[in-house]
This record gives sequence, structure tokens and C-alpha cells, in this order.
Amino acid sequence: MKKVIYRNLSTKLPYLLLALVLTFSTTSFAQDATETPAEETAPATSNGGDAAVGEKLFKANCAACHKLYKRATGPALFGVGDKYEKEWLYKWIKNSSELIASGDARANAIFEEYNKSVMQAFPALTNEDIDNIIAYTYTAKPEPAVATVDGEGGTDGGSGVSSNIILGGLAVIFALLVIMLFLVNGTLKKIAAANGVEYAPKEKRTPIWKAFVENQFMVFVTAIFLLLASGYFMYGYFMQVGVDQGYAPVQPIHYSHRIHAGLNQIDCKYCHSSARKSKHSGIPSLNVCMNCHKNIAEVSEDTYAEGQNEYGVDYNKEIKKLYEAVGWDETTQSYTGEEKPVKWVRIHNLPDFAYFNHSQHVTVAGVECQKCHGPVEEMEIMYQYSPLTMGWCINCHRETNVNLQGNDYYKKIHDELSKKYGVDQLTAAQMGGLECGKCHY
Amino acid sequence: MASNKKYWKSVEELNENSSIVETLQQNEFVEPIPTDEFLGDKETLEASSTTRRDFLKYVGFTTAAAAAAACEGPVIKSIPYVVAPDEIVPGVANYYASTIADGFDFANVLVKTREGRPIKIERNDLSKTGGVNARVHASVLSLYDNNRLKAPLVDGAEVTWEEFDTKVAQKMNEMTGKDIVLLTQTFASPSTSKLIKEFTAKYPNVRHVVYDTVSSSEALEAFQSTYGVRGLADYDFSKAEVIVSVGADFLGDWQGGGYEGGYAKGRVPKKGKMSRHVQFEANMTLSGANADKRVPVTPSQQLQIVKALTGNGSTSGLSEKVAEAVNNAKAQLRNAGANGVLVTGCPDVSVQKMVLAYNQGVASKAMDAAKPRMTRQGNAAQVASVMNGILSGTVKGIITVGVDPVYSFPAKGLKEAYKNLEMSMAFSMKKDATASVSQLVAATPHYLESWGDAQIKKGTFSLMQPTIRPLFNTRQFQDSLLQWTGNSKKYYDYIKETWSTVLGGASWNKTLEAGVFESTADVSVEEVTASGEDSMESMTSNGAFAATSQNGGLELTLYTKTGLGDGQQANNPWLQELPDPITRTTWDNYLTISKADAEAYGLENYNVANGALNGSKVHVKMGDVTIENVPVLIQPGQAKGSVGLALGYGKTAAIQEQMQTGVNAYALYQNFSSVQNVSIEKASGADHEFACIQLQNTMMGRDIIRETTLEIFNTKDVEHWNPMPMVSKDHQEIPVTSEDADLWEPFDRSVGHHFNLSIDLNACTGCGACVIACNAENNVPVVGKQEMRKSRNMHWLRIDRYYSSEDSFDSDLAKKEGFSGLTGDNGSLGGFGELEDPAANPQVAFQPVMCQHCNHAPCETVCPVAATSHGRQGQNHMAYNRCVGTRYCANNCPYKVRRFNWFLYNENDEFDYHMNNDLGRMVLNPDVVVRSRGVMEKCSMCIQMTQKTILDAKRDGRAVKPNEFKTACSAACDSGALVFGDINDHDSDIYTSKNDNRMYHLLEAVGTEPNVFYKTKVRNTKEV
Repeated sequence: MKKVIYRNLSTKLPYLLLALVLTFSTTSFAQDATETPAEETAPATSNGGDAAVGEKLFKANCAACHKLYKRATGPALFGVGDKYEKEWLYKWIKNSSELIASGDARANAIFEEYNKSVMQAFPALTNEDIDNIIAYTYTAKPEPAVATVDGEGGTDGGSGVSSNIILGGLAVIFALLVIMLFLVNGTLKKIAAANGVEYAPKEKRTPIWKAFVENQFMVFVTAIFLLLASGYFMYGYFMQVGVDQGYAPVQPIHYSHRIHAGLNQIDCKYCHSSARKSKHSGIPSLNVCMNCHKNIAEVSEDTYAEGQNEYGVDYNKEIKKLYEAVGWDETTQSYTGEEKPVKWVRIHNLPDFAYFNHSQHVTVAGVECQKCHGPVEEMEIMYQYSPLTMGWCINCHRETNVNLQGNDYYKKIHDELSKKYGVDQLTAAQMGGLECGKCHY
Repeated sequence: MASNKKYWKSVEELNENSSIVETLQQNEFVEPIPTDEFLGDKETLEASSTTRRDFLKYVGFTTAAAAAAACEGPVIKSIPYVVAPDEIVPGVANYYASTIADGFDFANVLVKTREGRPIKIERNDLSKTGGVNARVHASVLSLYDNNRLKAPLVDGAEVTWEEFDTKVAQKMNEMTGKDIVLLTQTFASPSTSKLIKEFTAKYPNVRHVVYDTVSSSEALEAFQSTYGVRGLADYDFSKAEVIVSVGADFLGDWQGGGYEGGYAKGRVPKKGKMSRHVQFEANMTLSGANADKRVPVTPSQQLQIVKALTGNGSTSGLSEKVAEAVNNAKAQLRNAGANGVLVTGCPDVSVQKMVLAYNQGVASKAMDAAKPRMTRQGNAAQVASVMNGILSGTVKGIITVGVDPVYSFPAKGLKEAYKNLEMSMAFSMKKDATASVSQLVAATPHYLESWGDAQIKKGTFSLMQPTIRPLFNTRQFQDSLLQWTGNSKKYYDYIKETWSTVLGGASWNKTLEAGVFESTADVSVEEVTASGEDSMESMTSNGAFAATSQNGGLELTLYTKTGLGDGQQANNPWLQELPDPITRTTWDNYLTISKADAEAYGLENYNVANGALNGSKVHVKMGDVTIENVPVLIQPGQAKGSVGLALGYGKTAAIQEQMQTGVNAYALYQNFSSVQNVSIEKASGADHEFACIQLQNTMMGRDIIRETTLEIFNTKDVEHWNPMPMVSKDHQEIPVTSEDADLWEPFDRSVGHHFNLSIDLNACTGCGACVIACNAENNVPVVGKQEMRKSRNMHWLRIDRYYSSEDSFDSDLAKKEGFSGLTGDNGSLGGFGELEDPAANPQVAFQPVMCQHCNHAPCETVCPVAATSHGRQGQNHMAYNRCVGTRYCANNCPYKVRRFNWFLYNENDEFDYHMNNDLGRMVLNPDVVVRSRGVMEKCSMCIQMTQKTILDAKRDGRAVKPNEFKTACSAACDSGALVFGDINDHDSDIYTSKNDNRMYHLLEAVGTEPNVFYKTKVRNTKEV
């Protein structure tokens, strides 16, 4: 069963209470946000090149296929200068095919090992540049900053477990206080009695509840109030049945739209390409993921740390899940053919009787994806942003002007209709976008 | 005052010591209540600690829990492709050109696939051979048949193909030198013919015999002896001015069918001219129903008529009326010369030859003998000798491909003889009658899973391509042959190789995309068969044509129905539920008999309390063959002294129980002759229950279908033959469509699209293809025979068939107009009663009726929840999720086109048809909702298709092209009777059609202003 945040007030009540409790508590919990930066390790050996310049060159030219410590499309390059002499490396980098053609044994060996994938020639790189790159390849593998990060993750104040403990502690303290007060009161009374202190007995008064019950007007008003209130909450409750706004299920692979659409600025329709021509936006098939992830087996350290700290997710492990699903063997850099399709949990569910077409909205109307799906580029975990109710659809159709730019389809019909209604711009509703049969058939 | 009186219930109570009284006083109930029956085991019940109160608590709690749980939706999983095929975009349909060639139906089709599964068959507009009939449209559902074979079988056990091949090789070795017959359907396939020749060359003891379940052998023999090619003359009826048919149902399945397109073209009056069609026949067929003049004659008379028409005989002996009709037809044919054509369905070689000679003699433009049809190749005599060989034991082995002789060949003891064969192998999609007695059964794929090619007509080639990966572990016949001839090629490559000569340099891929290719390359598909004139002699003298008066029997004409054809797709619920165009009966075959004969034999048809039809049953006897309990349907227009019975029913093997309908008429199909002599005898026992979709057979003088004659159409004003109904306002007669007569505010419909559907009653032949196309497109459920009987059919589109009560509809009208007073000779009371009865040889008219999408829809105004409303584009919308099922709309609809979901028809074991299993549900169109119980539904004018057309145009940024709009029915119509479009687009055909003076609306006088209009039927009644 899905869990959904209820849209009405009643569900927010626990949060209000929590806030109330917290304001009374005087203790403040400062979050310990210290973070030890990964130590910069100096190059192990230097061969005269400038590692800093080399790093730039490496990232611009080589990083697509090579990694320092790990095999990718090409071999890992850490300490490559030890394995091959410089002259050979110059030749190889400037034009590897030539070297292979010349019959060089080592060149051919490496060509064979990497499935005969030809390395791009870099005739523009000077020997000096190559020296710099080689210098960079001696950058030692930074000691995993992960370990320290891991340790910190547990005590982090943001997680749910610790706040529960605090709340529990507080409750115990309050309970103790109450008990103590009663005890003190009792003791004081006993002392007073022992000391012969007399205090005036309380006047016997009609209890408030009795007075209330006797006051028929009050009962009537309260009953009306309670009825109205329960009616309000009942209405709120029933109206949210089947409305899954905020639905954010746990997915089999933790896929971060924040990183892909936000940080990396990948266009929505790169992956959800069928949104342009089909009724479905389509969950991308895994081969689309592999377009990039063939080369991205690991995230950057910063991203990794962020994932661990902020979201408690090991991004690299998630990429491994993708490789497993698609059947990609990292060591041989090839597909094994063993596929395990991913069973994503569908978030946006329209009932069968409602027809919705993405291409109509995306391609024809030019509606931004975010208009309905919200700030996806900020979502670490995808959730349903809009209620997806019929009222919500209708409202938009009423307010949105039809986009006519360069679309010959609308020319005639729009002219005629705008004349009829006496407006310059027609809304989707005026074009017939409110008719039942447009979405229900 | 209290009474001290004591009342005794019995004398026993007087006895104070009676033990009976004692026990009875103790027991509230005389007999123990049978709690066990509904509570189960008594012991466990007593041992249980659950009290009644606890039980109620549990019930209450679980109900509450279930209710609470229902508020949360289920988790839905979405599984995308791991590696998506390039051509598949989820949500977008792909179309592939293919060809059906199942031995009975041959047609070029387009296959619509969604997410990789075929969901609909459409016509291929590039094809000129037609033939996309109801069965072809329904064939997509046969792909998802649960009863298909899922793997090859050896002695009834499933094996792998490797094991199967080993077994076959072993068998073939054992059989060396022994006579094996390869009995196949007609493939009309150049590649398959070549392949079979290679196979028989490798195994010289194998001989190939083609078996057409429903034979056209006589026509083939006649054509072969005249033209030297084993084929069937092709006809283009659009080129004929006079068509005379003697017993040839060319709008049905005569010689493979597919002629309605050309026929309809010639039937639409153009420049005051249309073709004249005279039909002589025994059964009432589609052709007869569409004819201008239909003469009911028995098959033996037909023989004489052909002879008379071709100048080989006289009309002596025929009744005066028939003789006159024959002479008139003869004169008209003579006058037409090359513009006339004569066709016949007489199962007689000499008669077929006469007809061919006649058409050749007048150089009939309609007949094309140069490029014959190749869709029938069977040789009746050879098949008969093979079967005799099996019975006598001279044939040692048999391999059947696509045919089911044990079911369809009428020979007693064939099943037993089959078991005695040394080798029997069946290539079959199902474990049918033959496959279940065969030692080896090779599971074959459906044509939508296969590669193939066909030469339907000489010079017209087409390709068959798979549109889905085989659902089961099947291998097509051709691939098996390649395997067994030691050829390592796949059949796909084999076809490509064969086609290199056909294509002559043209692109293979382009041809595959188009599906059809015209080539002059001489690629033979026909089997070399010795012209079997001698062997056919026996056919002509089989006694069928002997005058019936001599033995007092009836002349039986066996025919195939629009729905089931030869019976291959008997397990297809769409086809079972497709009403027969003439009898409007579903889920049955029956003996059609004339009213006069029925009275003579004491047979009756009558309606029971709920309106459904019941009929007597008879035993049909022919020689030593008896078919028992054949229901009898009184058929207006059936020639006296003749009866009709449809083939293809009565299957029992590999078929769902509900679909085991009718009787197997193949038992009477002796010598492959469709004409037999039978005697009938009334059966005792309960009468048969028919499931008819239409119970009112006549129009009773109303103008539901408007009719006129060509003469009046040409000479008189439109007001005379297509008048606008008038209403009186302030004692002034005004047309019903004028604004003054209108209750409603006018609405400007000139903006945007305004959809209309035109139905030309001249072009509609009643073939029913549109009904199946509608079922497929709109997920129309199958309700089954019992529900059909209760008139709870769900078809969105029906084709009404009306008979005239007098000789013609005109005389019906005249009779109605002539009524005066309530009683008496001319009284309306008795008169209307008489008008309900169809005539012995009535005029027939067809009228497709679907939701009329009224601009002033009566249904819309009565819906209490506004579930049905009008769109600006002219469609009457139906929001199922809003409907609460009051059925007011259906009551208020004058056209009776709304359908109510009395039950849940999907995932319901009570309706165990395709929507009740995962396989069958694959055929559902994902763009149309599957309706639930308790809601109303009706034709939507395929709004999903019009919306798609609009969206495509919007996305391309262009205006919608003229005639781009289509509905499922208009796209399926081979004859061009249904035309759909936007009347605000003045370049479209529908605009021209709307302004045609034949245009009228159904029940115009009601003032509903429908968006469906009809075009007055014009009959060419001109004699000589």
C-alpha cells in the first residue's frame, strides 16, 4: 500500500504538537557539521611535469575513456610513466593507430586487450603537455575520505532515530517532573498537617462539565461545532482518497533527478524521449542510461560524500545496481547478456478512464515538464508534485492560452473561434478542452 | 377476558404421556436444520471456540479494514525495456504490411501493433485484391487463442524440436519406399511450392496433394481445361453493366470471395447509370439480398438456367415466372454484350465451362482470365483417392498441413483408419481432430508470427511478415521442410531468394513495407496436376441434380457463413457472435427452409415470452449419413424444395466448450459437392433456442430505409423520392429541419471540425467486416449465446436487415397507405399484423446502424448525471466513469444503439471469452477503456482515432488533410459504403456526400439532427 501525505490539517497535527514540545524545551541541539576535507596528497614521483596543468589536460582530453585507478574504456593510467618509456607514450598518444600499424608488439598487445577499440589521436598535444599529464597520473589515490564520513553519518542530528530518542528522553523527564511535583505537594501537605497549619477548604462548586451539560445552548453550539468540524475533516479525508500528491515510493535503484536534471543539466526529454511523440513519457530503457554510464562508473568524491551525508545513499552502489540490471561487466567492459529488468514503482498513475497524452502537452502546447511535475531538478527522490485530479487539469485548461506559434493547424479554427468569442487569445477550454470526450473514451 | 381454551394441533396431544409430543415441544424445528450444508463440517464447527458474536465482530472488523485499505491505491510497477528496440515507442502504434493465406481467406492486410503486440487488422490500401472480410479482421484474436498448441507433440507428449526432428528423420527412414501423402491447404505461395518440390524430390515416396476444405475444384477444372492454368477466373464487377449470377454467392465466399469492392463501385448510380444484378439461387445469400432481381430456384433448376442462358438448353420445364426471368436476363445479357457477365456456383465442370465460354465469347470486360486467382488449388478427385487410400490401407503415411480431414472429410471410419497408418503427422496450430489422432504433431505459428509470400492473383505478389515473436514453441511448416531437406537457410532467406526473380531489381525492403508487388515474372504457384476431366465425371452425375420430385427429398445447398467460413476460426468468439448478415442469428448453424416446406413438414419458428426465437429440430438424412437434431430456421426467399446448411460448425476438438456450436455439415459434403439430396424428418424433443440479434424482420411500410428505383431516381425530383418530412406549425407545413420547428437554440457548427459519417445503402453489401473492426478497435465484449438471446448484445455497430412483407418495399408502403379504419379487409389492425411477416421471396435491404451522434440528442437531455454530452466536433460523448447506470438514455434513444453492461464482461469466469485470460486480453486496444459493470456504452465515432488524427496534424504543424479522418468501420469498409470525415472541410468526400441528393437522416421526422446520414438505396429494376 502506498503511503501518502494527507492534504488536510489533521495530519499535520502531530507536527504541531512536536513543535510545541520543542519550543518548551530549553536544550538546543547544535548539529555537528564538521567535515574533514580529504587530505591533498603530494605526487609520489615527479618527472618534471606540472601536475596541476596535467590535471586540466587530463580532464579535458583523457577522462572520457581513462580513469586513474580503474580500468574504463581504456586502461587505468596511474603511474603509466613507469610502465612505458616517454618516447613510446608520445607516439602512442599522438597517433596510436600508426603505432599499431607499425607492428609494435606492446601497442598491439594493448589494442587486443581492449577489444580493438581505437584510441583517438591527439596530434595537438605537445610533448610538454604529455609530460604534464604523466605527472598528474602519479597523483596518489586519496585515502578514502569515506571512512570518516561514514563515522559522522551515524551521529548526524537530522536522522529520524535520534530525534525520537530525544523526544523519548524529554517525555521521561517531563513525567518525572510531574511525579515530583505531586510528591512535593503531598509532602508539603503532610508537613502542613503535622505542623497544624490550617488552610481553608475549597468551596464546593458545580463541576464545569456539569454546568456545561446543564447549559443547553452550550451543548447545542458545541454539537454543531463538532458536527461541522468532523464534516470538514471527513470531507478533507475523502477528497484525498486516490489523490497521491507527494507520493514518493522507494525505488529499486536510488535514482537522483537532482544530480541528473539539476547538477548535470540533462534535458528531461533526453531520457524521456517518447514524451515528444507518444502519450507516455516513458521510463527510459536501461540502454539510455548506459549511453553515459558506460563511462561513469563512479560519481565524483564530492557527490559521493554528499550522497552519504545528506541522503544516506551510496551512489556508486546504485550505479552497480544499474550495471547488474543491464548486464554490464565492468572488468571486460562488455555486456554479458544477462538482463534483469528493473521494476520501478510507478509514481504518476492516472486511472484507466482518463486519457492523457504527453506529446499533446509537451510538443504541441510547449508546456514545461516542471509545470506538472514540479521542481524535478531539485528532487533527490522523485515524488508526485501535482494532485493529478480532474479539477487540477480543468483549471489549467481554463487558464492556459493555446500556443499558436507557427502551427498551421490552428490557423483557421483559431481565427474563427476568437472572432466568435471576441478574444485575441483562446484558452484550451475555449478550444474544446473541457469536453468530456476529449479525455474520457 | 383471557381464554382458558386449549387448542390441540393433533389428537396425539390428548395423550399426556406421548413421547412424540414431548420431543416436539423440546424442538423448535421438526427436522434438524441442515446447517452442515452451508457451514461445513459439524464437528469442527462445534469444536471451534468462535461464538456467533465473535464471528460478527470479525466480520465487522474485516469489513472495516477492507474499506479502510481500499482508500489506498495499489502499488503499480512499471518495467521498461532493458534495451529498447528502435522502432517501438510505448504508446505509439506501428503498422506492418502482411498477408493472410490460411487456405480459405487470402488478403493483403495491415497489422496494427502496440508495444509489440498485434491488436488490429486493417485493409492494405495498396492492394487490389480485396478480400479483407470479417474473418480476416477477426484473425488477430485467433493469434491469442488459448487452445493453440504450445509445443510439438510426439504421441501426444510435448517434446523439443530436436527430439521431434530426430523422430521425423527416423520415421521417414522407416517409410522409405512407402506411399506418403503430403496433404496441404492451398498456399498460393511461390516459395512454398518450390520448397515442397525440393522436399518431394528428396523423398520421392512423398506426393503432394492440395486439399481445399471447401472446394472450388469444378471451377478449377473448367478453367484449367479452357486456359491451361489451374486457377480461377478473376472478376471485376465494377466493369459490368449486367451481372447475372446463377447460384454464385460472389459477395460471400464464392471462389474465395473478395469481390464486394468492385461490385459496390458499379452499384452506386453515377450519371444516371448503375449495374443491373439478377440472381438465381436457392439459399438466400448476400448476393441475392443485394440483387435487383432475385429468383429463388432449386439447384437442379439452376443447372437448366445456366444452360438456357448460355444457349445450351431451353427454359422448358421451368415455371412460367422463372422462365420469364431467365428470358429477361438472357436478353439483358445479350444487350449488354461485353458489358455483361455471367457467373455460377454450380458444382459441375461442364456448367462452369459453359459460363467461362460464354464470358469469353462476349469478351466480358468484367472477367479477367489472363491473370487468374490462385487462391484455390485443391483437387477434389485426388483428395478423394487419398482418403480412399487411407481407408483401404494403400496409403501408408500422411502429412497434413493446415487442413483437418478427420473433421472435414465425410468418410465413415476415417478416424479409425487414420490410427492404423504407419505414419501420420499433422502441421497444425491446434490439436484439432486430425492432430489428436496423428502420431506426430508439429505446432505451427499463426500467420502473424510467420514469414511467407503469396501470389493471390497471377502477377500480384505479396509478402507475409511476423509482427510478434512466436508466442509458443512453434515452427512454421516451411522452416521444418528446410530443416528436413538439409537446407541450413531460414525461410526468410529462402523467400528472399525466390523473390529475386519476382522483384527484378526492385527493393526488398520497400516491397516488404508495401506488402504487395506487381510483377510480370512468371512464378508458378499451381501444382502440376493432370487435368482431371475424367475424374470429375462422377461429380456431375452424383445425383444431386436429379429432380427431387422423384425421391421426395429436398435439395440441400451447403454454404459457408460470413462468420465462420470453413470453420478454421471456430474458436474465435468475435466470429461466433457476429450475426449472420441474412438470418441475424449468432452462435449457430441451422437448416434454412422455405416457409411452404416448413409448413409441409410441420416445422415452426416462434418467439417465446422474452422475444427470443425458438425453432423445431429435424434429422437430416442422406444415404446412410444422418445428422441429428439440426435446428430449422424458416428463411424467407429460400427456394421451395431446397434447404441450406452452413459448413464449419460442430467442431469438438481443441475448442472451448462455449464455442462448440452447431452441427458438422461436412458429413453431408460428399464428393465435394455443395449440392446434395437429403430428406428430413422432424425430431422430437425440446425445440432449439436461437440467439438472434434482430427479431423485427420488416419495416412495415416505414421509411427507415429509403428506396427508389433507378428510373424514378433519374426522372423525378428529389422531393418525390427523398422527401423531407414536414411538420405543422401554425397550420403551416414546414420542413422538420427548419429553425422554426426546432425546440433548441441554434448552435453554430461551422467552426473547427464537424464529423459526419455517410452510409451509402447502395454500396453496403452487409458483409459485416465493419462490425468486427469495431469490436477490435473499441474493446467490445463478447456476451455469449444466452445473453444474446436476451437481446443484451454489446455490438456498437449492427447491420440491420429488413425483408419486405409484400413483393417489394414499395408495395409494403402502398399497403400501409391503403389502410382504412381499424378492422375490416383494409383495416390497420390486421394489416400491420400481416406486414410483420416477410414475403416468400422478399426484397432485402441492409442498414448499418450505430450511434447517430444527434446534434439534438434525446439521450443527453435525460441523463441525470450528465454522463453523456455533446462535443463541438459533433460527437456524442460518453463518460463511463460518470455513468451511474440509470439507462434513461437507452430508453430515450430512438435508434436503440446504446448498450448496457449488465455484467462485468472482463475477468469474469461467467463470460469465459478472450477478456477472461491473459492471452486474449493482449488484443485489447490500450487507447480505449474496458468498461465495467453497470455503465452504458455506445459508438464513440472512434473519438480516439479522430483525436489522434488531430494530434498528428498539430504535432506536424499542419492542417488536417482532406479525408484523413477515419473511424474503424469506415477504414474497414471494402465497398466504400462507409465514408467518414469533417463536413467543414469542403475538399473532403464527406462534404460531397452530405450534399448529395440521396442523403437522408434516419427517422428525420424526430428532429434529432444526426451526424450519421444515409444515402437512399436505388434499385435498378429495369427489365429488358
